[in-house]
Amino acid sequence: MDYFLTDEQEMIKEIAAKIAREKIKPVRAELDEKEEFPHEIMKVLGQSDLFGLYIPEKYGGMGGGVLENCLAVEELARGCIAVTTSFAASGLGAYPILVAGSEAQKEKYLPEIASGAKLAAFGLTEANAGSDAGGIQSTARKDGDHYVLNGTKQWITNGGEAEIYTVIAITDRTKGARGASAFIVEKGDPGFSFGKKEKKMGLRASSTRELLFNDCRIPADRLISREGMGFIITMKTFDLSRPGIGALGVGLSQGALDIAVEYARKRVQFGKPIISFQAVQHMLADMATETEAARALVYAAARYIDSGAKEVSKIAAMSKLFPTDVAMRVTTNAVQVLGGYGYMREYPVEKLMRDAKILQIYEGTNQIQRNIIGQELNKEYGRFKETFF
Amino acid sequence: MHVVVCIKQVPDSKNVRIDPETNTLVRQGVQSIVNPHDWYAVEAALKFRDANGGKVTAITMGPPQAEEALREVLALGVDDAALLTDRAFAGADTWATSLTLGRAVAKLAPVDLVICGKQAIDGDTAQVGPELAAHLDLPYVTYVRRLELVQGSRLRAERITDLGYEVVETGLPVVVTVVREIGDPRMPGLKHKMRSRKQQIPVINAAALGLKPEETGLQGSFTKVVRVFAPPPRSNREMLNGAVENQVEQLLKRLREARVPGL
Repeated sequence: MDYFLTDEQEMIKEIAAKIAREKIKPVRAELDEKEEFPHEIMKVLGQSDLFGLYIPEKYGGMGGGVLENCLAVEELARGCIAVTTSFAASGLGAYPILVAGSEAQKEKYLPEIASGAKLAAFGLTEANAGSDAGGIQSTARKDGDHYVLNGTKQWITNGGEAEIYTVIAITDRTKGARGASAFIVEKGDPGFSFGKKEKKMGLRASSTRELLFNDCRIPADRLISREGMGFIITMKTFDLSRPGIGALGVGLSQGALDIAVEYARKRVQFGKPIISFQAVQHMLADMATETEAARALVYAAARYIDSGAKEVSKIAAMSKLFPTDVAMRVTTNAVQVLGGYGYMREYPVEKLMRDAKILQIYEGTNQIQRNIIGQELNKEYGRFKETFF
Repeated sequence: MHVVVCIKQVPDSKNVRIDPETNTLVRQGVQSIVNPHDWYAVEAALKFRDANGGKVTAITMGPPQAEEALREVLALGVDDAALLTDRAFAGADTWATSLTLGRAVAKLAPVDLVICGKQAIDGDTAQVGPELAAHLDLPYVTYVRRLELVQGSRLRAERITDLGYEVVETGLPVVVTVVREIGDPRMPGLKHKMRSRKQQIPVINAAALGLKPEETGLQGSFTKVVRVFAPPPRSNREMLNGAVENQVEQLLKRLREARVPGL
């Protein structure tokens, strides 16, 4: 398929594909088995300028947008989505600074993130605040020219590995959703530490840890934007990051499809390659069709967001929802096509299936994405004066 | 520091066939790649520059399409490139090739260090590096796995030998050939890759190097490929079985019987 990418976008794909092929694929099984964070690969991604794709040139980035980031994520995800999640989560940590940070904050933090010298992370989720972000209990109290943070963030991607954390905490509980604020916390800040590293079903090369704030004192200028802007910044961040999760799904699906088709062409049963049987052909056809549809949706959403469109929550949610549901189906069917071999850890597809599940859960469960799409539809149609009957 | 790295575009060895009639490589439809050993030379050059400052210039002798090989290494962060191309260069053996490369290195002066891969996968001679040094009247160190600048103006190199490794120190300028252990080539960077597409690559012909037609290409070559053939498979193979100790004893016995020196 030709998606009319620019020369620069094609170059991004080429570089990311080369890294996936030569640096990620050969080690993905071992990283998964050992639950080991891919430090070396993060270095390579930094040297290749991929961390700064969406960051403006004046902050050391490449000046691209959501699409450029999605193209890199998709190609890297063909190698391993645990590695790619570690890469993409740095963007998730950077977006709040990019969309709402002060000039001084941007100048201080974005160049280090763009070069890959430092990883970033985003801390929203807590034990009692998952889909219901309103349940956040972590607090930030102003104390002179400092804020003092208390509470525990849970399941934070890049926890412990990142140097820069953007964290949501309540500054005024009486104001509800308008009482949350976003802060930049640095590794090494007094009172900031990490909890246990989680053991996961998939995505095992990525680091998932608790962030512990125990009277953590940070300078007041670490507040992003104003007090009370925490949820708005979070929503804007997700509008930019969700197509990237879709791109993870597209890359993962493509990687699973590649293996399934190759296997089906070689595997002989009843005297014929199994791809000659309609039962298998139709499975592969559905996998390929859904993967391509997911890709088209991600690219379209990314381009729409990059155009500067104002209302993007619905398309951003769609671009996360559909490709990740597709990735679950495609990887499950890839295991089915490979049969017993697919279920064995000696072959790569069982990992792809284990990894796929997280895509339907993190960065807003797919149920939450449907809520967003439904609510946006309600708003959108409420504005129409005409009837469609 | 100015480092010149010599690279060669070769047919992708994974797809090479030999025409049984003519005994020559079938080049049609075979993709060209940068000689795999030359990637290590490029990495060595970049590492040396990163550690000591200066710049890296890549040169290659080949047909006009060899420019693609230069653009590939520019994408890794090589600063400059020059393409040596001329119809007169065609059919060069290692002598004519190294003479041509030597003239180009001289033209790029001042040069502190010239790095080549240990050999090319098409010819496999490993001669061009040392011959280049001879033409330039420079010292050379082959099969280098580690390079280090000492006292600001001397080079310390570790070279792999059959018995271990040697540490060699030499003044500059010097020609070295490197092996895989020098380090895997880095991945291309987006900024470098974007620059590599636009960068002007000067084209240098025989006249610009002050070379007469009889000094280059087939005419300037002392050797000629008469025949290319696959060596016949060796016969009389025997597998030793049993416990390792047993195998060693059997092997020793046979070597003694064969009067291998030192046993």
